[in-house]
Amino acid sequence: MFDLTGRKALVTGATGGIGGAIARALHAQGATVTLSGTRRAALDELASSLGERVHVVEANLSDKDSVEALVPAAEAAMEGLDILVNNAGVTKDNLFMRMKDEEWDTVIAVNLTASFRLSRAAVKNMMRRRYGRIVNIGSVVGSTGNPGQGNYAASKAGLIGMTKALAAEVASRNITVNCVAPGFIESPMTDVLSDKQREGILGTIPMGRLGQGDEIASSVVYLASTEAAYVTGQTLHVNGGMAMF
Amino acid sequence: MSDVADRVKKIVVEHLGVEADKVVENANFIDDLGADSLDTVELVMAFEEEFNVEIPDDAAETIVTVGDAVRFLEKNAA
Repeated sequence: MFDLTGRKALVTGATGGIGGAIARALHAQGATVTLSGTRRAALDELASSLGERVHVVEANLSDKDSVEALVPAAEAAMEGLDILVNNAGVTKDNLFMRMKDEEWDTVIAVNLTASFRLSRAAVKNMMRRRYGRIVNIGSVVGSTGNPGQGNYAASKAGLIGMTKALAAEVASRNITVNCVAPGFIESPMTDVLSDKQREGILGTIPMGRLGQGDEIASSVVYLASTEAAYVTGQTLHVNGGMAMF
Repeated sequence: MSDVADRVKKIVVEHLGVEADKVVENANFIDDLGADSLDTVELVMAFEEEFNVEIPDDAAETIVTVGDAVRFLEKNAA
């Protein structure tokens, strides 16, 4: 089950806590993986720890040219692309009334617009090959909202809508498009929380703990597998029960 | 029929799974040959590949019949 031998995957934001776990998991299932991110040293380090079947393509997803070069570079390196994981994301939290245009624009550009452009580029060859898997990493706040994250919540809710629209368009070509929406996961993004914030968050999670990157990665492996062929346009919430839909 | 027309016809037959004798010059991909909008995008991609030419989106939108494709490719493909 869930064997990805021979599949070629691109993971954006591969140096992050969740992105790294996703890259490792896809690789462990046998996929060839292209790691993308902005920090070259961290990408190289992850690549060398994985060994074979790994490529690195640096990309800055807030830059249009960089985004547009990424899928062709990954396709060239791996001689194809079967699995695209739009994982890269940034936060620029601020109260709505204080939010700067740049804070809004950056978050929408990286989290939503880059995912649109990468999916648009990837789906072209997936259509030719009559096979593809796109997994967008959303967030629980895309469905619940969160104070201070108007931009982030909008970008993640946007991903859910985009996922559904694209899924409907390309389903007949054996391409599935799904979303994994993590709750609070142990990562550099949540390490910055104070003990008090942490305690407050834990009180809202029936499971009583933060999630692990691996627990997101295994959901991505499932959606990226041939076994998930009949699942498309869905959002899989992985959040310890903190929000149920 | 020209060489270009023959090649276009072959692609359309393969791609849409239609009878060759239905692929006539004024056959409309969607109305006459049963293509959906995604098929028309794929046909344009297949033409690009076969004729090694780039078909920009605004040109692609004007290719609605077999004859449109043949004329565009005769004019623009090497």
